[in-house]
Amino acid sequence: MSIMTYRQALRDTLRTEMRRDPDVLLLGEEIGVFEGSYKITAGLLAEFGEKRVRDTPIAEEGFTGAAIGAAMLGLRPVVEIMTINFSLLALDQIVNHAAKIYGMFGGQARVPLVIRTPGGGGQQLGATHSQNIELYYAFVPGMKVVAPSNPADAKSLLLAAIRDDDPVLFLENLALYNAKGEVPDDDTPGEIGRAAVTRPGRDITVVAYSRMAAVALTVAERMAQTDGIDIEVVDLRSLRPLDRETVVDSVRRTHCAVVLEDDWLTYGIGAEIAATISDGAFDWLDAPVRRVAMAEVPLPYAKTLETAALPSADDVTTAIRQTLASVGRRAGKDIP
Amino acid sequence: MAKRRPTVREPRGQHGPAGEDAATDGGQRREFYRRMVFIRRFEERAARAYTQAEIGGYCHLNLGEEATVVGLMSALEQTDYLFTNYREHGYALARGVAAGRVMAELYGRRDGVSKGWGGSMHLFDGNARLLGGYGIVGGQLPLATGAALAIDYRGGDEAVACVMGDGTTNIGAFHESLNIAALWNLPVVYVVVNNGLGMGTTVEKASGEPELHRKAASYRMSSARVDGNDPVAVREAMLSALASARSGRPFLLEAVSSRLKGHSVVDPAKYRTREEVEALRTSDPVAALAFRLRDEGELTDEAIAEIDAEATSAVAAAVAFAEASPAPSVDTLFDYTYATPVPNDSRRLPGQPLFEPAPLPRIGADR
Repeated sequence: MSIMTYRQALRDTLRTEMRRDPDVLLLGEEIGVFEGSYKITAGLLAEFGEKRVRDTPIAEEGFTGAAIGAAMLGLRPVVEIMTINFSLLALDQIVNHAAKIYGMFGGQARVPLVIRTPGGGGQQLGATHSQNIELYYAFVPGMKVVAPSNPADAKSLLLAAIRDDDPVLFLENLALYNAKGEVPDDDTPGEIGRAAVTRPGRDITVVAYSRMAAVALTVAERMAQTDGIDIEVVDLRSLRPLDRETVVDSVRRTHCAVVLEDDWLTYGIGAEIAATISDGAFDWLDAPVRRVAMAEVPLPYAKTLETAALPSADDVTTAIRQTLASVGRRAGKDIP
Repeated sequence: MAKRRPTVREPRGQHGPAGEDAATDGGQRREFYRRMVFIRRFEERAARAYTQAEIGGYCHLNLGEEATVVGLMSALEQTDYLFTNYREHGYALARGVAAGRVMAELYGRRDGVSKGWGGSMHLFDGNARLLGGYGIVGGQLPLATGAALAIDYRGGDEAVACVMGDGTTNIGAFHESLNIAALWNLPVVYVVVNNGLGMGTTVEKASGEPELHRKAASYRMSSARVDGNDPVAVREAMLSALASARSGRPFLLEAVSSRLKGHSVVDPAKYRTREEVEALRTSDPVAALAFRLRDEGELTDEAIAEIDAEATSAVAAAVAFAEASPAPSVDTLFDYTYATPVPNDSRRLPGQPLFEPAPLPRIGADR
């Protein structure tokens, strides 16, 4: 075990995989000489050279598509899209090509591609640079979408993504890059398609992923002290495939749930989780599933407005209290 | 990089043996003629099957482009890669894919080249290095560029041919791809098959630079325009383009021909005048080559009739193969979502619930 940041875990994993497999190469804007907009690729150009750490022109459709084509011939490209907002420029290549090529040709061509890209607001980057649109990719069969919330998962899921023969969208988050945590020293890949109960609890299930899964843990620890309640946190980790069983199993035990997401509420990932709970745990539920999500506005620049629009730990705390209060339950036992 | 001896490709499909006399000039053209007639008959038969509802979806034909298709494919080495758009039946045939497997794909059958998953627009055959017909205009360009990147990365001497229509030169992916190929010196030839029309819109109405090969100048890329009705000229132009690509200089080749029919089988092409339609008939590359070969004494009327009969019977065999091939079984529906198996991959049919319903409470039981 070592303590390191999410950023360091990503960088070390890229280095490990590039040393292990000469077919792994990196493509993206400013990843080489500039060392990455968020410095994930710092030092990699110096070690591996321009052939394997390739600065691209600002042409998301072109270089993402080129990575798909290279993957079809057996390379294992890892593309960095500077933020997920810019992935919209590559939408056709990701949705109509990366996700389709294996199925559309009857399994004859594989696309072992990773697209690393951060989502997240809160940096005063305004409406076009603060979105959480992982849903667009999680919607599409053929894609795999993972969203690690801590340095250990960042490592294990990146290992899994690079070694996987399918296109994987690897969602990072601007607010997580400096988050620290324990990271195992061994290079065992994680399992795409599995959620984790990151904190067992009896009173209520909180379902989240990426940044909000980290927020959920913080809130759970705090509310254990302030409210004396025992929160179970389910970290989805994988948005496609979605581990519905783990979510439903948790809610069947706790009988109520709050779902957290950094994206917009309407049609969002939380809606899918709420529907899943309705399908699988209807008879076990004591309260409607509550969702905490971003306000439905283009995210403003001004700090006051931006802060108000983004889901916070306080928003989560309130939602949990209200959900428990609505069924007269608190601190692990029914209120008479 | 060393260029291997240019040879006429040996067809591996059902469209007859390679010309035994392909070594001579006349022999080469006779062989080209055979292949062009075969594509012509295949496409005509596909059109018929489409109107009989044996073929579904969209169906775009290479009618009028046979000389371009055959000339281009004859210039490729066996190891070269091909990416095309959705108008690609002829390319698959000329690349040596068995006609029965192409027809079976159009029929949506299990023995189709894409196992019935692709249809007319999405033919794929790894052995023939046909890495896909693509239905989205411009979609194949970044992919082809990336395939060339992979070749370059591994130091191979293969090249990539990326075929597109004239309309594609106006889309962003075209420019992003040419730019990247030029920057990275990738072994790829972009081929614009200019038939003058993107669906019903003329090149002049759609492109600020209607001499499409000139667009390469923006990327300091070499380019050329060739008469797409002359298979020998197309072959020669493509050989030069491929030599350039193999030496690290990507190339844009424009082949100008005509689309004999509408955009797809269902398009009556009402946007064309009677005069245009007449002119098309006289510029038909298959007929033109037949006349020329006969005038030059390379083919007799009997030989022309024989080539036609051979093609017709090979196409009939392809249809029989397609008809005999079973439809894909529904229990294979979830076989091709992911190449690497993954937990929680959904295998739910539309009417199935996500979870088994909870047991009903017993009637009369205390609650």
